[in-house]
Amino acid sequence: MTENTNHMLLRVNNLVKHFPIRRGMLKTTIGAVRAVDGVSFHIRERETLGLVGESGCGKTTTGRCIMRAIEPTSGEVLYTSANGETVNIPELEKHDMKDLRREIQMIFQDPYSSLNPRMTLLQIVGEPLSVNKVARGTELEERVADLLRVVGLRPEYMRRYPHAFSGGQRQRIGIARALALNPRFIVADEPVSALDVSIQAQVLNLLQDLQQEFGLTYLFVAHDLSVVEHISDRVAVMYVGKLVEMASTENLYYHPLHPYTEALMSSVPKPDPRAVKRRIVLEGEVANPANPPSGCYFHPRCRYCIDLCKVEEPELLETEPQHWVKCHRAQELSLRGVAG
Amino acid sequence: MNQDQMLLEVRNLKTYFFLEEGTVHAIDGADFDIKRGEALGVVGESGCGKSVTGQSVLRIVPNPGEIVEGEIIYYRYSERSDGTEVQEAVNLTELHPRGDEIRAIRGGEISMVFQEPMTSLSPVHTIGQQIMEAIILHQEVDDDEARRRAIDMLRRVGMPQPEITVDNYPHQLSGGMRQRGMIAMALSCSPSLLIADEPTTALDVTTEAQILQLMRDLQQDLGMAIMFITHDLGVIAEMTKRVAVMYMGKVVEMADVDTLFYDPKHPYTRALLNSIPRLGQKKSERLESIKGVVPDPYNLPPGCPFHPRCASFMPGVCNVQDVPNYTVEEGHKVRCFLYSEYGE
Repeated sequence: MTENTNHMLLRVNNLVKHFPIRRGMLKTTIGAVRAVDGVSFHIRERETLGLVGESGCGKTTTGRCIMRAIEPTSGEVLYTSANGETVNIPELEKHDMKDLRREIQMIFQDPYSSLNPRMTLLQIVGEPLSVNKVARGTELEERVADLLRVVGLRPEYMRRYPHAFSGGQRQRIGIARALALNPRFIVADEPVSALDVSIQAQVLNLLQDLQQEFGLTYLFVAHDLSVVEHISDRVAVMYVGKLVEMASTENLYYHPLHPYTEALMSSVPKPDPRAVKRRIVLEGEVANPANPPSGCYFHPRCRYCIDLCKVEEPELLETEPQHWVKCHRAQELSLRGVAG
Repeated sequence: MNQDQMLLEVRNLKTYFFLEEGTVHAIDGADFDIKRGEALGVVGESGCGKSVTGQSVLRIVPNPGEIVEGEIIYYRYSERSDGTEVQEAVNLTELHPRGDEIRAIRGGEISMVFQEPMTSLSPVHTIGQQIMEAIILHQEVDDDEARRRAIDMLRRVGMPQPEITVDNYPHQLSGGMRQRGMIAMALSCSPSLLIADEPTTALDVTTEAQILQLMRDLQQDLGMAIMFITHDLGVIAEMTKRVAVMYMGKVVEMADVDTLFYDPKHPYTRALLNSIPRLGQKKSERLESIKGVVPDPYNLPPGCPFHPRCASFMPGVCNVQDVPNYTVEEGHKVRCFLYSEYGE
């Protein structure tokens, strides 16, 4: 894969989101769930960064903090907008944020709960246009018809309600809504995980086509490693609120450097009865983000754990060019990727 | 135990749901069989009838669903005092769904693991109480012995500290632990058939790997047959020996797992296999998607239900006649006219 040398679109520095745990009558804070705990990464224009991890690892929270759908506790989210200006999203004033939201859109996981059942497609897809005073009346209808055509739905459906559509069609409606304001950057949070396999392929292909056509940049949040491999240029792996590895898709899948990534890859059931089954089954459970273990968060489940891992947390280092890993033993271990 | 002995035979099973909007043919003439100790996979997309198949076998089809036709023959094996095995056949469709006979089979000889361990366990009973209930119902033991067996079973499914977790409520356990509890409950009476309906779909991949490994080990130790219902072809490839592919209430293809993945015959099976992204596949390769959508269950197309989406559709044949089963080779059946005189 060729190195992407496009302009930087997004740079996230040390993003933190802690959810306080409150107890008792006075709701005193007795601790915090460290959902996102110092995450840094970047995305270039027209690139797809896949963000993977198990449930509760903070991948969705990361996506939402970037959009300020929830307020991050601390950290920088530097976004370079279409006019070349770089802004720090968490510090933006309300009206600046509103302008910026035209450029950054989101696609949600559940196509059933993310569409208002009392609104027609025209209202759902047209709402961003009318709220931002981009179009109204017949112009709005024409624009909505265009958008529906782009995502592969018939414009005649415009006056129908979401209940008349299947899961895959609803996800297309959600995509049309996200595209309404010609965004540059889309945070897609598990966009295909609620869909059946045959429909999943349609939506993945659509997302790839749209990226080509409109030059979109995606942050693709998902737990399905095969889907992420299929759509991403680079992939970041999260574990208990932290990034543990980030590299080009090929490097990450074929030459992982973090033991968690290795275990994750080998856990996926392969749709091939002749595949050699050399699975690494991780013992135990994902650490509790309210009370994480000492040292490296992964050490209680890691089969390569040494004494150092129990006391000292490793840093996320660029061990190989464009390949970041957070592991004390990254350079000495030889781990198995998807091919082996 | 003889591996070739039949355990369950399903013949022309039809389970319909009679709703105000119309009749849904959830299962519309399904045929398959399971041999003793065998792992059979049932794969299909949502709404294809795979879960209702499991429910029909156990006779727990929810209202307003009803088995309207067909047979589910369950073979019971028992050992006589002189060591010879006797076989007894029961047609499950003829039993009263609330009768004593099906209740003795359900949970005792055929048990089930459900998809969502949070909603399928009782929130107001401890894990131990729920396992003990099954044991006391099907085996003549007292409370103390049942509790001992429950703890034993929990240890066997890899529950940490079983003496303590036995008194835990489901909400105190993680998703993986709950699913282990479910499996312990299902296996507590050593069933001869376990119906596992999407047992790992709600779990994370690393937990899924643990549960799949556990189920494989237990199947070998206990020698039970498993009917593995899932939409995940990866799970099918790893866990089963033979596979039934379902589409709109019909078993469209049935073959051993290797043949199904390497020599699929039905256009739907082929399309399904091509539409999944696989690990290690290059990004530039485009996924082949199946065009169109699953048909409206109230309004099934005539003939083969897959014909509106099929790449090999033969007008005048596929959209007119019902498709019978064609045997392409020993143990490989397919419901498609391509393998009849029309396809030549």
